[in-house]
Amino acid sequence: MTAGAERALRIAMPWLAMAVFLIVWELACIVFDIAEIILPRPSRVFEVMVLRWDILIDFCLQTLWTTAAGFLLAIAGGLVLGLAIGASPFVYSGLYPLLIAFNAIPKVAIVPILMIWVGVGATPAVITAFVISFFPIVVNVATGLATIEPEMRDVLRSLGATRREILTKVGIPRAMPYLFASLKVAITLAFIGSVISETVGGNRGVGFLMLSAGARNDAPTTFAGLFAIAVMGVLMYALCALVEKRMTRWAFRGELIA
Amino acid sequence: MTAGTGEPPLVDLRQVSLTYRLGKEETLALADATLGITRGEFIAVVGPSGCGKSTLMKLVTGLLPPTSGEVRVRGEKVVRPIRGVGMAFQNPTLMPWRTTRDNILLPLEIVEPHKHQFRRRRAEYAARADSLLASVGLGGFGDKYPWQLSGGMQQRSNLCRALIHEPEIMMLDEPFGALDAFTREELWGIMQQLWLERRFTAVLVTHDLREAVYLADTVYVMSRRPGRIVMAKAVDIPRPRTLETTFEPHFVDIVHELRERIHQEHA
Ligand SMILES: Nc1ncnc2c1ncn2[C@@H]1O[C@H](COP(=O)(O)OP(=O)(O)O)[C@@H](O)[C@H]1O
Ligand SMILES: [Mg+2]
Repeated sequence: MTAGAERALRIAMPWLAMAVFLIVWELACIVFDIAEIILPRPSRVFEVMVLRWDILIDFCLQTLWTTAAGFLLAIAGGLVLGLAIGASPFVYSGLYPLLIAFNAIPKVAIVPILMIWVGVGATPAVITAFVISFFPIVVNVATGLATIEPEMRDVLRSLGATRREILTKVGIPRAMPYLFASLKVAITLAFIGSVISETVGGNRGVGFLMLSAGARNDAPTTFAGLFAIAVMGVLMYALCALVEKRMTRWAFRGELIA
Repeated sequence: MTAGTGEPPLVDLRQVSLTYRLGKEETLALADATLGITRGEFIAVVGPSGCGKSTLMKLVTGLLPPTSGEVRVRGEKVVRPIRGVGMAFQNPTLMPWRTTRDNILLPLEIVEPHKHQFRRRRAEYAARADSLLASVGLGGFGDKYPWQLSGGMQQRSNLCRALIHEPEIMMLDEPFGALDAFTREELWGIMQQLWLERRFTAVLVTHDLREAVYLADTVYVMSRRPGRIVMAKAVDIPRPRTLETTFEPHFVDIVHELRERIHQEHA
């Protein structure tokens, strides 16, 4: 096989794998005569997706913006808190245990509380997305700061750099690849957060669509929602991975960038 | 300072001791170090690894406060990191997100009076960085990132960064330790050249005795931990010294004398 063909095959592999998966699924449904209400055939799911395209798009966009809003809030908040924790031992010892404890709470548990406070709809979705994706950003940014080489710090201190200068000249640039690395994880979590919130207390969005279709025993629509979630999840992940590569060229030593 | 005692030392350590505390564990790293460095002098500190050489360096620059004793620089007691020191470590610690030129410019962004003129005089400073790079044989490499340079080239850039703000005092902690023998010997020559041009006061920590004798006016030998200064040897070899010099009997004798003294430490 030539190098070009090998590369083409490698790029095609994920698509081939997916196609095989769908075909096996389709055939299994036919061969074992599985009822549509239990497991609809993929072709049927696609059919429903096309049929209910307008509502699907509408609800996807809803989920997308609550996810994005929660995610952006998490970046802002996570960056600030991560810098504070990484830069100050006092903030670190005060807040870190609290954060760990907070992170240990299953976030689904807070959605009902949020509903008491802010009602159903988009707001609890944004807040859940924020709360759930916040933690990895904080931890990563703080780690980036805390792992500045002691020699680098000594060089700056002996030049007479203030704490603020050390933070802006080394701390923040160093924390950036850690921040961008956490985004891939965080966006996935934010997405989970908003879908969960829609499922528990939403009136729109993909989570709500799935829940209400499930209640009507409309399995194809439920699965259509699931497919939409998978596609959006992959797209958002890919976007964050792209941003990470673009923004932190130096952290990859330029090698990975073609 | 009274006249008649000659020029007072620029750096003056009096019975300086340092104990590291980690929880309950205490490590006496340096004991009763007393030494003076006059302005423009190049000293080297040699000794077994772990004897407190790096510690001594941090004490001189005020990065660590002494547990007892006193460090004075320009006659003033050191209580915080002193300003305007150039530092170079074994690990070049260049910032990978900056180009080599921007790395070298770093001290000018921090040290007064350059800090306030930095934006205005940026072009001039960049030219200064480039000519410094050229003087260590790295002309035209300013736009490269540190990770595009070899270890030896990174270490040269590191020296440029330590020198750009024309510091009065240079602290060199095994800066050539990680390099191959050829690169190392070449950098000795470059280091000497820079010192002859600028006459900064330099403290070089090394475990390479030839390097110490090649570069220094005075070589201090430290004992095993807790480190004490057990010998001070003046190197009366005229400059500029060359690699040829290192094979001359007098040079070899001095190296042998130092080696003997260090071997006693291991006995
Ligand atoms: N931050 C620290 N905390 C505790 N012990 C230290 C610390 N730094 C150095 N030491 C100890 O002090 C001794 C001297 O260290 P150092 O000055 O780095 O030695 P050298 O540079 O001569 O190899 C060593 O035994 C080392 O283990
Ligand atoms: Mg050392």
